[in-house]
Amino acid sequence: MSVARARRVAPWRYRTRRRAVEAACMLLGLVLIVWSLAPIYNMAVIALSTHDDIFAGTIWPENPNLDSFYVVFTEGFWYLERFWHQFGNSFFVGLMTMILTLLIGSLASFTVGRMRLRNGWLLTNAALMTYVIPASFLAIPFYRIMQIYGLTNHLWAVVAAITTFATPYAIFIFSQYGKSIPMELDESARIDGANPLQIYLFIYLPLMAPALVAVGTYALLLAWNEYLYNFLMLSTPDSMTVAVALAQFLNSDESPWNLMMATAIVYALPPLMIYYMFRRNMAAGLTMGGVKG
Amino acid sequence: MSITQQALPVGRRLTTVAIRRRARRGGLYGSDRIWAVAFALPYVLIFFAFVLYPVVYGLWMGSDPTLYRQLFDDPRYLTAVINTLLYVGIGVNVKMALAFLLSGFFMRKGWWIKAVLVIFILPWATPALPAYMSIHWFLNGQWGMLNNLLYLLTGIDGPVYLNSHWMGLGANIGAYIWKNLPFWTLILLSGRMAIPQELYEAAAVDGANGLHRLTHVTLPLMANLYIVCVLLDTVFALGDFNATYFVSGGGPAMSTEVLATLGIRYAYTVSLPRLGVAEVMTALPVLIPLIFILMRKLRMSEQQL
Repeated sequence: MSVARARRVAPWRYRTRRRAVEAACMLLGLVLIVWSLAPIYNMAVIALSTHDDIFAGTIWPENPNLDSFYVVFTEGFWYLERFWHQFGNSFFVGLMTMILTLLIGSLASFTVGRMRLRNGWLLTNAALMTYVIPASFLAIPFYRIMQIYGLTNHLWAVVAAITTFATPYAIFIFSQYGKSIPMELDESARIDGANPLQIYLFIYLPLMAPALVAVGTYALLLAWNEYLYNFLMLSTPDSMTVAVALAQFLNSDESPWNLMMATAIVYALPPLMIYYMFRRNMAAGLTMGGVKG
Repeated sequence: MSITQQALPVGRRLTTVAIRRRARRGGLYGSDRIWAVAFALPYVLIFFAFVLYPVVYGLWMGSDPTLYRQLFDDPRYLTAVINTLLYVGIGVNVKMALAFLLSGFFMRKGWWIKAVLVIFILPWATPALPAYMSIHWFLNGQWGMLNNLLYLLTGIDGPVYLNSHWMGLGANIGAYIWKNLPFWTLILLSGRMAIPQELYEAAAVDGANGLHRLTHVTLPLMANLYIVCVLLDTVFALGDFNATYFVSGGGPAMSTEVLATLGIRYAYTVSLPRLGVAEVMTALPVLIPLIFILMRKLRMSEQQL
């Protein structure tokens, strides 16, 4: 009798349970979407509002329009007078950081991992140490050092700072990824008479392409996220990056929040596009190294 | 991949390390040596010019004992220390626990789970500055979206969140979690995906239910990764400047400052750079052991790969 009962009850119970789990998952998914999008929705709503709409207490503007974007694009506000120039600065910092990080990181991990430089472990340790020092704790002495080097108000100061903090991660990922490339390739090239530079250029770099893309994206995003070093090193309107210009809006109490959010959205778009373009590579890069246990 | 290797052979690892060490001892000769040194040179230069020099310079700046007396006499410093402890303690652990649970959620099959994941990553891909500024305005007591919604739904006037010490601190922590949760979820997700499915099948054959599989398969295999993540994020959270600076701005009346922001405040608002450095240096007793443990753990994981 019990068997018959089990047969009668089990499928029903199983189905309800599965439906309940599915519903709970849907609910969780919904919560996650709302949680992730709320501040971004907020940004968009304010950017689409007129100045008066912001203070109207609504959750969707009365008459949404793109006026604030127009003001940003035409540099029509005094915090934004050099907007395009500053946007160029941000790009310069991002690209230079990316190129230098990739170059220095791949060279260093090539000698340590492939050429087996004696005492190479010192270099790896130095990189690991830099990776785990919080950048903001080093900001004040770093600023002094830049004054000594005479680099304040030069974009290169920021490039140097971010490259310094991005390269250790690059070395870490490259040396992990490099282990998947067989040493025999290097050895056979060596027998064919290639010198280390040729091995680096024609064997190592092409095979490292996925890791290069991941780390390059990482460096670019890091540069785009960085505020403190930008703020400390760059103070004239011509040397500023968008991050510093954006934070200037917070200096006054009656800032035009719609313009600020429009600027913020324009600033956020390039990294978002780059991230979603290279999402798969990023995932591969993260899996390969970073904090892999 | 690494996790299975970690769980299984111990003996094999020793031999590969020995071989590697022998190969290393062989060293390089002639022009190869020059090439190798030349390739290493850019990073060595960067390290000396932009890491070692500032570190030593900082140690020198903060070497005056009177600075520390001045620091400990400042009540804002004590507040900042407590805030930092709460910020790091809650921010890191809550985030990691959530990331662990969510990584399990994202292991589920189905197209809409993938779609949720794409949206879920958005906070991490958004640059910090715009995101935190938006959260700052979102929480504004009079015109912020949150209180507008609250009023529309319930008719209650919400509190002025950023005018209170505890809610301000909570907002900073929440913003930090919001921004970084996707990243750690992805890391733990990739850790989970590296666990071979056969282990779960074997456990299921042995009669393990869901809970058993979690405690006897997933947790032991993920433990090391989880600990590395927690330690790494502790260091990141300790040095996090943006969330506090842009969400609460350190207010009201500098009551939500953390060590990272108060140091900068000392150096550039009050023009006491040495005090700022000294303030950051007081974190060293916590930071240095943390860095040592982390370096050990990261090096170990590198060898095992």
